[in-house]
Amino acid sequence: MSPAAPAALPGEAPDAFAAPATADARALRVGLLGSPNSGKTTLFNALTGLRARVGNYPGVTVERREGEAEVDGRRLVVIDLPGTYSLEPISPDEAVVARVLAGDVPGVPAPDAVLVTADACSLERSLLFVGQVLRLGLPTCLAVTMTDELHARGGRLDLARLSAALGVPVVGVVGHRGLGVAELRRLLAHPERWSRPVVPPPADVGARAGWADSVTARALPARPAPDRRTARIDAVVLHPLWGTLLFAAVMVVFFQLIFAWAEPAMNAIEAAVSSAQGATREALPRGLLADFLANGLLAGVGSVVVFLPQILILFGVLYLLEDLGYMARAAFVVDRAMGRIGLEGRAFVALLSSYACAVPGIMATRTIPSPRNRLVTILVAPLMTCSARLPVYALLIGAFVPARAVWGPIGLRGLVLLGLYVLGAATAVAAAAVLKRTLVPGEGLPFYLELPPYRVPPLRLWLLQVWSAARAFLRRAGTIILVVSIVLWGLLSFPRVEAPSGASESEAARLAVERSAAGRLGRAIEPAIAPLGFDWKIGVGLVASLAAREVIVATLAQVYAISGDDEGSLRDAIRADRDPRTGRPLFTPATVAALLVFFVFALQCTSTLAVMRRETNSWRWPAFAFGYLFVLAWSASFLAHRLVGWIAA
Amino acid sequence: MESHSDATMALAGLPIGAAAVVESVEAGSPVSRRLLDLGFVPGTPVRALRRAPLGDPTLYELRGTQLCLRRTEAARVRVRPVSAGVRP
Repeated sequence: MSPAAPAALPGEAPDAFAAPATADARALRVGLLGSPNSGKTTLFNALTGLRARVGNYPGVTVERREGEAEVDGRRLVVIDLPGTYSLEPISPDEAVVARVLAGDVPGVPAPDAVLVTADACSLERSLLFVGQVLRLGLPTCLAVTMTDELHARGGRLDLARLSAALGVPVVGVVGHRGLGVAELRRLLAHPERWSRPVVPPPADVGARAGWADSVTARALPARPAPDRRTARIDAVVLHPLWGTLLFAAVMVVFFQLIFAWAEPAMNAIEAAVSSAQGATREALPRGLLADFLANGLLAGVGSVVVFLPQILILFGVLYLLEDLGYMARAAFVVDRAMGRIGLEGRAFVALLSSYACAVPGIMATRTIPSPRNRLVTILVAPLMTCSARLPVYALLIGAFVPARAVWGPIGLRGLVLLGLYVLGAATAVAAAAVLKRTLVPGEGLPFYLELPPYRVPPLRLWLLQVWSAARAFLRRAGTIILVVSIVLWGLLSFPRVEAPSGASESEAARLAVERSAAGRLGRAIEPAIAPLGFDWKIGVGLVASLAAREVIVATLAQVYAISGDDEGSLRDAIRADRDPRTGRPLFTPATVAALLVFFVFALQCTSTLAVMRRETNSWRWPAFAFGYLFVLAWSASFLAHRLVGWIAA
Repeated sequence: MESHSDATMALAGLPIGAAAVVESVEAGSPVSRRLLDLGFVPGTPVRALRRAPLGDPTLYELRGTQLCLRRTEAARVRVRPVSAGVRP
């Protein structure tokens, strides 16, 4: 056993854990180990219920989960270690398991005992891993899962013989029905009473396979018959034609759910926030407090909560497909296409979700087992054209692209919009290939994917997973989004300006923005954006759109002193606006093209940055993504400005 | 009766539906080590079940599980085909 720990990791404190984990040193710490699909998560939830704490291990993008249980007056802390097929790590992320077991992770005391799960239906494979665990020398007990499936397939397992052959206690469990869980709890309370193997299993994997085969032969008096149900379903689901059609259908419905069916709920949330804003303004005297509550705090809370419908739907569908066993099949079907760009099958779902919104898209990368592929997918997800860009595109295309028919029902406006979508997707593909080659060098991790038997997930576990994903978003990303939107409100509202008497409300709003810190920032960055044909007004819009891309529309309306939500007059206003120095239209075709292209690339979205921070456990990756996408946006925008200017001339 | 042929081949070349026994895994790399840990240990029976609609990856059955490998990984495993007839 050589748990090759990487030399150095950033000494970040494992947030949300440090205090409680060390507060009670007498708690018994049990490491929960197991291969993917071995029922580990179900067992974790059955043992600890709702009391799981989620965080990250320092320096890697691996989720850290601990749960608590109390047995015989003894407090158990169950550490849910990432699912793995081997204790010999081939990446820093995988090394986490070995390092936690060795007590090598700062702030994470080594477990006192180990509970390992093994799928009863594939015991000969599971035991390869169990053998590695037994060689650690820690008190170990084995939970054999899916015993109900084994019986349904005519298999018979002799737990006593298995325990005798392994030399450690063995419990058969059916996690989602709670069978065997009570017995397992009682056992977990007293690891000092556990039997230990007299001779550890062989270190060499070849010899260990022989050991696993002989243990299996003794423990399984009757082997399970082949899983006919799974085979029958797979004959359709993995069929070259039907499988492909089913995949397309599932993805269309999935996309439709996130993109369109989340909309009523999102609109309802926006309407509720807006009426709360209205009520606040009416209830309070005009002034800073009312403005802060309505436009700072409530708007900020709204911009967090508005993501909830998409996130709940996304994880609802995602976990359902994952637990049913379909996600692995979908990845199998589409893997070749994603492999071409250096990603893997599961990245497809994340990138597809990003068309609705990069926030759920990035969260969906959790299903990608390879951390390296996951990181690349996270970094290119913002290039997919999300729905927040649509209001910006609609404004600019509606104002400047003539509604001319090009061919039959296909119009020029539609083609421009399509072109923007294609530009984003093509860049994502190219960026993925480049990042994969440059960013994380070294030999590629092998691709392997297990297709688990089809299983109907228990409702409770499904709800629990969806809820914990939503809660994690609210707590970890929501707070950042809220803070940033309040800061942006501050930039747009300070210093306060007294409107001259007699000025209309929209005129006062225009003055407030122009003189605000954001307005000054817009002017300050003007030299940097002038080569793109942007003036300070667009600059303010770009600053404000950091909160969310579509905010630029409202900000421009404010800058152009448009009252209310009148998009028609905003369109007229930006069309009529002239450069004071030259007297020529400010929004030339070149400037419009540059602005559209800028929005294709730039990561103008705090929520995406916050979610990247939450998913990668570091500001490094969101900073990198913001930087490379900004450079890309500026350069492409500059090119577009030149090119269109040249064509128009 | 099964009869083992003398020739070995890459697992990637094993036709769909055919059974084989793992002969060796290309030594040395972390990828190979992981293939061994996944159960591609010499002497293990393996069967090619199905190829993905786009031609890659391929689904294999071994040690009671179904596992897909891409062509590049499956090329690292040498197998000895088991001639058709009775399945193990």
